[in-house]
Amino acid sequence: MSTQTGPAVAGPEETFPRLLLAHAQSRGDRTAIREKDLGIWLSWTWKQVADEVRAIACGLSALGFRRGQTVAIIGDNRPRLYWTMMAVQALGGIAVPLYQDAIASEMLFVLENAEIEIAVVEDQEQVDKMLEILPKYPRLRHIIYDDPRGMRNYPDQVLLAFEALQTSGREYDKSHPTHFQTEVDKGRGDDIAVMLYTSGTTGNPKGVCQTHSALIAVSRGDIAFDGFSADDEILSYLPMAWVGDHLFSYAQALVAGFCVNCPESSETVMTDLREIGPTYYFAPPRVFENLLTQVMIRMEDAAPFKRRLFHHFMGVARRCGAALLDGRGASVSAGDRFNYWLGNLLVYGPLRNVLGMSRIRVAYTGGAAIGPDLFDFYRSIGINLKQLYGQTETAVYVCKQPSGEVKLDTVGKPLPGVQIRIADNGEVQVRTPGMLKEYYKRPDATAESISPDGWFLTGDAGYFDEDGHLKIIDRAKDVGRLDSGTLFAPQYIENKLKFFPHIKEAVAFGHGRDRCCVFINIDLGSVGNWAERRGIAYSGYTDLAQKDEVYALVKECVESVNADLAKDPQLGGSQIHRFLVLHKELDADDGELTRTRKVRRGFIAERYQQLVDALYGGATHCEIEAQVKFEDGRTGMIRADVKIREARTFPAETAQRKAA
Amino acid sequence: MEHEHNTGRRIGGTFLSVENISLAFGGVKALTDISFDVREHEIRAIIGPNGAGKSSMLNCINGVYRPQQGTIRFDGQAFQQMDPHKAASMGIARTFQNIALFKGMSVLDNMMTGRSLKMHTNLFLQALYVGPNRREELEHRQKVEHIIDFLQIESVRKTPVGRLPYGVQKRVELGRALAAEPRLLLLDEPMAGMNIEEKQDMCRFILDVNDEFGTTIVLIEHDMGVVMDVSDRVVVLDYGKKIGDGTPAEVRANQAVIDAYLGVAH
Repeated sequence: MSTQTGPAVAGPEETFPRLLLAHAQSRGDRTAIREKDLGIWLSWTWKQVADEVRAIACGLSALGFRRGQTVAIIGDNRPRLYWTMMAVQALGGIAVPLYQDAIASEMLFVLENAEIEIAVVEDQEQVDKMLEILPKYPRLRHIIYDDPRGMRNYPDQVLLAFEALQTSGREYDKSHPTHFQTEVDKGRGDDIAVMLYTSGTTGNPKGVCQTHSALIAVSRGDIAFDGFSADDEILSYLPMAWVGDHLFSYAQALVAGFCVNCPESSETVMTDLREIGPTYYFAPPRVFENLLTQVMIRMEDAAPFKRRLFHHFMGVARRCGAALLDGRGASVSAGDRFNYWLGNLLVYGPLRNVLGMSRIRVAYTGGAAIGPDLFDFYRSIGINLKQLYGQTETAVYVCKQPSGEVKLDTVGKPLPGVQIRIADNGEVQVRTPGMLKEYYKRPDATAESISPDGWFLTGDAGYFDEDGHLKIIDRAKDVGRLDSGTLFAPQYIENKLKFFPHIKEAVAFGHGRDRCCVFINIDLGSVGNWAERRGIAYSGYTDLAQKDEVYALVKECVESVNADLAKDPQLGGSQIHRFLVLHKELDADDGELTRTRKVRRGFIAERYQQLVDALYGGATHCEIEAQVKFEDGRTGMIRADVKIREARTFPAETAQRKAA
Repeated sequence: MEHEHNTGRRIGGTFLSVENISLAFGGVKALTDISFDVREHEIRAIIGPNGAGKSSMLNCINGVYRPQQGTIRFDGQAFQQMDPHKAASMGIARTFQNIALFKGMSVLDNMMTGRSLKMHTNLFLQALYVGPNRREELEHRQKVEHIIDFLQIESVRKTPVGRLPYGVQKRVELGRALAAEPRLLLLDEPMAGMNIEEKQDMCRFILDVNDEFGTTIVLIEHDMGVVMDVSDRVVVLDYGKKIGDGTPAEVRANQAVIDAYLGVAH
């Protein structure tokens, strides 16, 4: 086993409510949080936030909330929901944010598991889900809502408006003036601050318990690593239930004291991003991908001159942009440097502005592998996009790429205070200040994930490269072998396919079989645009997916991946032989994707057993009927005749090399 | 009323009544002796086959057409003939069967035009955007922003209307009518040409408008499912004559209505 260790780090015992009060005292007039409402950005200072939080906390106490209890928080990123989190923690409670797009039955599991009695939710949509759950889970005593819209005629026995909560809180505060401070003073670093439910690729979600000390320690580590300060700005638009958002918009913001901006609605994020111009940005690869796809679609529609200008300067950027960003300017010729300067003026600058990334100092991506061209695109136009590695259980505090040492295929070096070892089966195991305390009420799962000597078993397969950067290949359990013994890393192949703007999702099969075959999901936006341009009429996803022209388009992508794979000494044998385009989009509501949009390969293979058999059976088409779940919870059937096509493969270089 | 959405809403007394209205274009009799009433806070549907005179009826109510006979009573005042400007200033707003928005203007600007009757400063001050006009315009903008929030069209606030999908344009048109803070809202086929999802959204908005602002609504609609779900009472027209009037359930059971829709053997 090899072990790598980052420098040591230590922090005093603190809690988030204490940090909040400290900010309110030392820099109370600075802006803590903003939200766009009715077209105007509203701001709250640290002092105002502390006041709001105090009212919420006292309101919760008036409802009988006690230390150690849990509160569910469900909704988009709203200041009031973040404040509720602080208020719950001020009382020594545990905040449990839930994914706001989950359906009622999924929420029911978490509510039961976490023994939640009070839920603070955003709007009618979430209230409806809570009311649906209520008969099955009568323990839920109070549903507190932020936005009253559409709820005028709702039964009010369990419902409580946010304003009413705060009003009763202020009264409670008057009669118990020392209550709030006493409760904050009782808080200890190793209290559980938050429970984040993991998306659960297998089985039911598990509640990951993170303590104040752990989250504060990792935030300090991150802040020191990238030099964040109170002057930074961040747009919080990712689900509050996701560890990334919790860390960036909550933990780090409270430690560093920077300003958090909440968008007007989930559809206005692009506009809001431009208006705020954050200096620090985090997004999973799919968000970067969507942005790039949008840019590319719009460029296709631009005038010929603009299009030529764009492609010319993007060529220049690909050549030298990343080198200039990393301060390796010496290797770039004077001509290219002038060209890049000109490009910055005409293309990259305006483009960064459109993307809302003009002021970005550091941008991170993680959670899934990022396509090479995607990664290079952002870096080449001067955005310092880096990768990091971590999971909910480690508070995303394992590896980060230091500025200037960025590589496409690694996730960086161990962060200060982190130890990493590679087990004999290739599994990455870590010891980090951000280690979870436990899985809630699941000692079995806790024992499975944390070794007796205190290492967290990530389940990822990886190794350190010659520069000491960690490289993750796939999930350790997913890495398989073809019949021939060739290494088969499904995610690696899927990611290569997904890089093409026309392909949204891919699912690769091959472990224990003679060859590799894939399911493809086309990107309706991108392929739809492509089809319109060629005058191909279609009525919707299912129709478009089965067009011969679309199959030809996908075939090109698959074959170019094959050509790429052929060059890889390890994976050259796992080229794609046959593929099909699925008749429906994979959806989290149907259980085919996790809430963080990772494909659930096993589940899909089972559900579409017929199609997998057809792929390997040599059929040229296959009829299938599948159940779909709509967003309102109803179900329906989709029937389609799915075509199957062969793809050209290339002679793998491994065999030749071995023979030679 | 037995509908669920009516539970918290009180329907008031007669708000608008049309009495013995007859309208003819030359020899063509568009409406013959039509009478019905609309109560305060209710949703009243007008249905009927093509050419039954539904749009003509709305046009009489807000004064676009001048009926040859009959009286329109609105909010206690009787009119032989309504005139459009008078109607608007009395709080009657409408949307059109074919969208009538300014295609080149943004959603926000289109909705601001809905407030033009409520602007009190003169053209000169408006052009300069100073003093009282500035204050006034900020107030109007705030009202419009509330409606944008209400209709959930924040993301297209600054988008030219012509670039929006049809369903969203319909929503913007409703928004412009709402911007006038109407007491009576006339909707001419608000769901024409929409898919099921868009129709559901529009139904939701119509019920919400009625519920949150207490606006009285008269709407023309073809989709019987929508009419049954949304309206409190229904008027049925055929060949310019009233052939039915009552709750959705009563109207559905009315033999004359069934004949008009399904046809009868002659």
